[in-house]
Amino acid sequence: MLTEQMLESIKKVEATRPERLKTEPRRLTAEEKDALLREFHPDYKDHAFDTIGIGPNKGERAPQELADLLNSNSLIHDVDINLDKVDYEADVLIIGGGGAGAAAAVEAHLAGASVLIVTKLRLGDANSMMAQGGIQAATKENDSPMQHYLDAFGGGHYAAKPELLKRLVMDGPGCIEWLNNMGVLFDKEPDGTMVTTGGGGISRKRLLASKDYTGMEIMRVLRDEVRNLEIPVIEFTAALDLLLDENGNAAGAVLKDLETGEYKIAKGKTVIIATGGAGRLHYQGFPTSNHYGATADGLIMAYRAGANLLYQDTIQYHPTGVAYPVQLFGALVTEKVRAIGAMLLNIDGEAFVHPLETRDVAASAIIRECNQRNRGIPTPNGYGAWLDTPLIDMINGKGFIQKSIPAVYGMYKNYGIDVREIPVLVYPTIHYQNGGMEIDADATTPKIKNLFVGGEASGGIHGRNRVLGNSVLDFVVFGRFCGQQAAKKVPEVKLGKKLSLEHVYDYSKALKEAGIETDRRSPKLFPDYTREVN
Amino acid sequence: MIKDGVIKMQEMANVYFYGKRYSVPADLTIMTAMEYAGYQLLRGCGCRYGFCGACAIIYRVAGSNTLQSCLACQTQVQDGMYVATLPYFPTVKKVYDMETVKPEEQLMMQLYPEIYACIGCNACTKACSKELNVMQYIAYAQRNELEKCANESFDCVSCGICASRCPAGISHPMVGLLARRLVGKYIQPEAKHMKVKAASVRNGELDAIMAELLAKPLDEIKELYNARDIEK
Repeated sequence: MLTEQMLESIKKVEATRPERLKTEPRRLTAEEKDALLREFHPDYKDHAFDTIGIGPNKGERAPQELADLLNSNSLIHDVDINLDKVDYEADVLIIGGGGAGAAAAVEAHLAGASVLIVTKLRLGDANSMMAQGGIQAATKENDSPMQHYLDAFGGGHYAAKPELLKRLVMDGPGCIEWLNNMGVLFDKEPDGTMVTTGGGGISRKRLLASKDYTGMEIMRVLRDEVRNLEIPVIEFTAALDLLLDENGNAAGAVLKDLETGEYKIAKGKTVIIATGGAGRLHYQGFPTSNHYGATADGLIMAYRAGANLLYQDTIQYHPTGVAYPVQLFGALVTEKVRAIGAMLLNIDGEAFVHPLETRDVAASAIIRECNQRNRGIPTPNGYGAWLDTPLIDMINGKGFIQKSIPAVYGMYKNYGIDVREIPVLVYPTIHYQNGGMEIDADATTPKIKNLFVGGEASGGIHGRNRVLGNSVLDFVVFGRFCGQQAAKKVPEVKLGKKLSLEHVYDYSKALKEAGIETDRRSPKLFPDYTREVN
Repeated sequence: MIKDGVIKMQEMANVYFYGKRYSVPADLTIMTAMEYAGYQLLRGCGCRYGFCGACAIIYRVAGSNTLQSCLACQTQVQDGMYVATLPYFPTVKKVYDMETVKPEEQLMMQLYPEIYACIGCNACTKACSKELNVMQYIAYAQRNELEKCANESFDCVSCGICASRCPAGISHPMVGLLARRLVGKYIQPEAKHMKVKAASVRNGELDAIMAELLAKPLDEIKELYNARDIEK
């Protein structure tokens, strides 16, 4: 399956291994990192960005594909929808059925609120399910939430909102306890001590894991808990726009049953947006590690309703997406693979970057190696760099790969590649939306009352880059927090008399006034992979 | 397709979706082949990387009577493949309260008594999209060997193919899930270090020192960040 050129290069990789086992590549200085990012990180490619035409972030930049969706009319701006016929009603309406949505649902239910989850796919079809490496939380003796804060704050280029990041790290240990109490399996030593690993840009071995199925293990337990609590979930039903009441407060959403095409009205005293990320918008033509529905829907509908974005121009490109074989193009190879010893190498088998630099730095270094220095390895889709997986067993002992990264091992084995024997080819893949809807310390949007945002759809927790294992922690901490806060808010909410889509019509007018004539519609809901057959 | 400067004919395969023939590039997965054929996927498509279990497939290859199964996103097409999708299967999920259940033999008996009707046909194992030893983990569940059941079932993505093939009506993924939750909550030894840290945050022991860190000027925080000692 591998090309001649790949096989030739593997020989060089094998030849440099003994020497590399003895030496650690140099870490870059702060100045070198800045220069590398500026020159090679996709976030700095100005031509791939556009200006947001209207709304609270008017004039700011966003990735072209996202800006296009923001500078669009709603899918329903010219559809006549009867807002008086309410199909669903709940104290807490949760849009999105991933980790944040499920965690919010559990907490809101336990706090006594009636809860409804709507999701355009199935409960659990989300990036949460796909998180492999682990979840960060300062649980060990040599560690503290303060140390965790420093790692995340610096890793995010000091742009995180301090009060949000503080909540993330302080609630970390308690959330692990909560998950463990629900029966989430963590990797443990025989005496119960949790197995911890380090990772790119973190200063303690803080990453807790369930093999390399951490997100899946957490998500399937949360999903099971939602079902145990018999919380209603409406699947294959997409939210298209938020509904506001006459006071401009969040009050529900217009839904569409994606199978029957029927529009439905859901009313909520509070609304939680937990719609996740945007990888499937394929910014700058990159592949993505994200699930099928990651199209920024929540950002679009909240923005159209008047909420503001934060750091919408920063995207996380995970350095180690699969570059080969083509069937796996863009799939994630967890950062844990680097954390447990695999190095990044060029066609000559040379380590060109320390494997544990932060994701943005490592991704930029791979792009530089392939596109500027021409030291990448050609593949049918472009280029890749080697991730030297056989090193892992050499460092940690035989059998370690199958024990600690069975998902990675199995994924490649399907295509006849044994990662214990040969290295694998990787190239950056879109992994995470660093920004999103801005939230205040209470997880609500500053501009719309009773509207909460949790998980990847929110912005400000991580700053302008995110370090590994903090997204899983984020959806647990802020999912739960949103659920608690929303439920707490319920008794004091007095919904107005009328549900309204006026903001949607106003948005159309504003687009026109800004000279943006378009037949584009949003949200996007799904990527378009269907081949044009006519 | 242009490769090495010459145009090569792309190798194609004939596959049959719901009995209808399509010619698709032979290097596609079943999922991307359906999209190539013109299907806009809704049901039967989730994470696209083998974690969510949305895209269970049952297929036969022409000339063989063996019924096979897999995940559409993780499997390359084969010439002569007859494909049916299984985007949903009515598995039985029993409701329970994790706080009051006990990891005892009666529990499986109460919640999932059908596991004791297993006839040992092994159709579940043969059908598993993740190559798990499904019948074995059900046997462990019957004997209340929960840790073994948890380990053996760990990679399960709940695609439901096993349940679709079971003559005893067992919902295997739900049994494995219950076993894993019981092990995680009641059987694995406690992580004391985690309990200690969680308690110290809860009791407010770290509030003052955290506030102190947040109050520092940015330059000082940057210095702290750049001077961190990194645990080896």
